[in-house]
Amino acid sequence: MEALRITRVEGRAIPVRGVDIDTDRILPARFLRAVTFEGFEEHVFIDDRAAAKKAGALHSFDQPPYQGASVLVVNSNFGCGSSREHAPQGLHRWGIRAIVGESFSEIFYGNSMMIGLPCVTASHEHVEALMAAIERDPQAQVTVDLAKGTCTAAPRDGTPYTFPVSMPDHVRDAFATGAWDTTGLLLENYEQVNATAARLPYVSGFTS
Amino acid sequence: MGKTLLQKVWDLHTVRTLPTGQTQLFIGLHLIHEVTTPQAFDALRARGWKVARPDRTFGTVDHIVPTRDRKRPFLDMLAEDMIAALERNAKDFGVPLFGLDSDRQGIVHVIGPELGLTQPGMTIACGDSHTSTHGAFGAVAFGIGTSQVRDVLASQCMALEPLKVRRIRVNGQLPPGVYAKDVILEIIQRLGVGGGVGYAYEYAGDTIERMSMDERMTICNMSIEGGARVGYVNPDETTFRYLEGRPYAPKGDAFERAKAWWRAMASDADAVYDDDIEIRAEDLTPVVTWGVNPGQSIGIKEGVPGGATSGDAQSVSDALEYMQLHAGQPIEGLKIDVAFVGSCTNGRLSDLREAARVVKGRHVAPHVKALIVPGSVAVSKAAVAEGLDKIFVAAGFEWRGAGCSMCLGMNPDRLEGDQVCVSSSNRNFKGRQGSPTGRTLLMSPAMVAAAAVAGTVTDVREMLPPSPTAPASQGSVAEVH
Repeated sequence: MEALRITRVEGRAIPVRGVDIDTDRILPARFLRAVTFEGFEEHVFIDDRAAAKKAGALHSFDQPPYQGASVLVVNSNFGCGSSREHAPQGLHRWGIRAIVGESFSEIFYGNSMMIGLPCVTASHEHVEALMAAIERDPQAQVTVDLAKGTCTAAPRDGTPYTFPVSMPDHVRDAFATGAWDTTGLLLENYEQVNATAARLPYVSGFTS
Repeated sequence: MGKTLLQKVWDLHTVRTLPTGQTQLFIGLHLIHEVTTPQAFDALRARGWKVARPDRTFGTVDHIVPTRDRKRPFLDMLAEDMIAALERNAKDFGVPLFGLDSDRQGIVHVIGPELGLTQPGMTIACGDSHTSTHGAFGAVAFGIGTSQVRDVLASQCMALEPLKVRRIRVNGQLPPGVYAKDVILEIIQRLGVGGGVGYAYEYAGDTIERMSMDERMTICNMSIEGGARVGYVNPDETTFRYLEGRPYAPKGDAFERAKAWWRAMASDADAVYDDDIEIRAEDLTPVVTWGVNPGQSIGIKEGVPGGATSGDAQSVSDALEYMQLHAGQPIEGLKIDVAFVGSCTNGRLSDLREAARVVKGRHVAPHVKALIVPGSVAVSKAAVAEGLDKIFVAAGFEWRGAGCSMCLGMNPDRLEGDQVCVSSSNRNFKGRQGSPTGRTLLMSPAMVAAAAVAGTVTDVREMLPPSPTAPASQGSVAEVH
């Protein structure tokens, strides 16, 4: 299967403010009772959304101007907690194609990469400025350019705002070449895998 | 220059450097369960792939298992579909499954060690973030997502970036009433829930060395709550004694050869660490979480933080609002509704023993619903054999079957509304225990037992019977065989 090459993501953006937002909040465990990922977009942030409504507010995922957004903007340690890939799957199915954040949990970052959802990091100041820009104008066009390592927000009534974003070189290369879909890579040269297994004494039960 | 255990295991399991720059790592043991695998098996079917090493892959069911009535089909048809899918996938792909009818069934991170599948020097993967538990044996164990489960099923390999190693030395004697759970909660509080990102945590020091395997598993289990995907303890005689005679451990001469190899996998005395910190055990008190992540904790005698002095005022005030607490409020004395002893963190025999020691001859407060959920069928049988179930039932606890239960809202055991639950599990995230407004306070099993009896969050040190021996570090004799 030929994996998609991803070098830039363009579209409108949606902010979700808060540090340490865990995957139980992105996708509560009770919705994990499923044998496919179909329909997971409906459950994204569902408890936070309900809590906001109860408090007389609207979570960004329920605000009409943000519907159809493709870039999610978050603060630090986003996606901590459970390893459930269901969380990035839900976001991706909702329409998110890139995430800009101050930092990410390791497992969430890896899971997102595995499904072709690039996460890039930026400084607190730039993330705050981007959030403020899209809150002022939710129609602003946001471009995450993986190759250049930049993010640009272009509000309709102002000058475009560009700042640096980063991702490890190997992740950028993987997205650029489509190698983020790793299974095929891991199955190449399988004799090397067998040779590695053969030098591990526990694989043969320490029989010699 | 010496090497850490992580470096040794990493080097031995490296297949090659991938064109992406990542390392292709061979996975020695793949543990699977019903939640994170159905989509992975479907991906294998779609591409016509087999499971590369069914001999190194083992399955069980835990997350969705009802702990009261295990009759099939389950009342929850979604759960029934999931378990049926795992049974079909295990059969179609030739993977051994310790299913509901097996006396080896239980929480995946409880049964791996119990069966002797988990061994020092191995790489281990499982589609669950608490896979770090297995690091207690000196294995390098990764929690992974479903696409990586697909990779490991198809190739028995993962593509990974190298990790740094932070050594956390815990030295000194733990005071009575202070347990492994308090140690790891303290570590997470000090280093932060994101402090371990990019690191493997090596737990060392004389306190850790004296700990039983059960206690070491509690510590390693919660590494991920501090952001560290991997946590481990160097293997030693305690590790070897635990493994000897277990079903999948090597036997006879092979066991002697294994011991020599395992011993050699431990970090060298002159290994260099990327970071090194020390915690003094005698300074610790029972720890309780007050907020909505495992780093938001305080000592039992302290007040809830808050106000302008706290580091991240917004997240503290957000947590206080959700928990319905106010700054400065003492945590001791907070009224509780539910008490839960169980989970992959603290659902082992020694945990049940510590809880039983507190409740023996006492009774659960009338307004409290209290559950004891053994981590595996084997833990349950061993507890029954020594009469722990009778102590709990006499004290007003419900004695349940093995599973993940109230650690997360995937089975019938859930909080209702904004109930307050004292829990021996690992996560106090918003909604974690199945109710979107449920409130969780994490603590040791003994502290849960004490709160169940008092009906409020309470200091277990004031309830412990005088003991001629130190309460922690019972040694391997205290563990299920």
